[in-house]
Amino acid sequence: MPTPTKGARLGGSPAHERLLLANLATALFEHGGITTTEAKAKRLRPYAERLVTFAKRGDLHARRRVMRHVRDNSVVHTLFTEIGPRYVDRNGGYTRIIKLGNRKGDNASMARIELVEALTVGQQAVGEAERARGTRFAPSRKPTGATAEAAEDLAKESPTAAAVHAQSAEVTPAAEAPKGDGTASDEGSAESAS
Amino acid sequence: MAVPKRRTSRSNTRSRRSQWKAKVPTLAKCPRGHVVRPHTVCTTCGRYNERQVLDV
Repeated sequence: MPTPTKGARLGGSPAHERLLLANLATALFEHGGITTTEAKAKRLRPYAERLVTFAKRGDLHARRRVMRHVRDNSVVHTLFTEIGPRYVDRNGGYTRIIKLGNRKGDNASMARIELVEALTVGQQAVGEAERARGTRFAPSRKPTGATAEAAEDLAKESPTAAAVHAQSAEVTPAAEAPKGDGTASDEGSAESAS
Repeated sequence: MAVPKRRTSRSNTRSRRSQWKAKVPTLAKCPRGHVVRPHTVCTTCGRYNERQVLDV
């Protein structure tokens, strides 16, 4: 849960702030990145990341909770089919804020907030190695449950979903493999101990 | 309404104004050698952390 915000609302009133953040989040998911003031970008980050977390969960309840904020059906669809599955192996940190300097006119500090890319093959390999070694940096999540099901259903519709589906299909044997390795290494350590 | 009792002397005016100073901005260098504000995208090459952010 993000830390509650302190101080004045954006736009003056709580209702205005809710609408502003909802519209900013919609634009962010539609375009993948938006340029706004730094203050708005900073307030948008926890809000948008929470919505992405719902998208990763991927069930109907999560979808309805997102629909309360993002009122554009097509954007919600992209969020659940493209953006959510893209971040299965990330635990938070789905957005990036880059400061752009001050705006001409009112000298407001501007920033660009964008959705980060999916993990590269190299980063995934590192994650897998960490998981196999059982270090504390090991990513804990794999595409399971509703996310895997949604990816399976939408595999034909979007490339991201297809990739996730392929990954979740791989997961079952891969998930067994580290267990085998783990027992093997345990035996190995037992032998070395004796 | 409150009004000043005395005219501000030339000396007081000038002493006050002597404190109006421009500050030297904190500057850093981007990897390509341009002068930039720290933690901000380089407006010359449009890059931040070796990542192209702006169209230049």
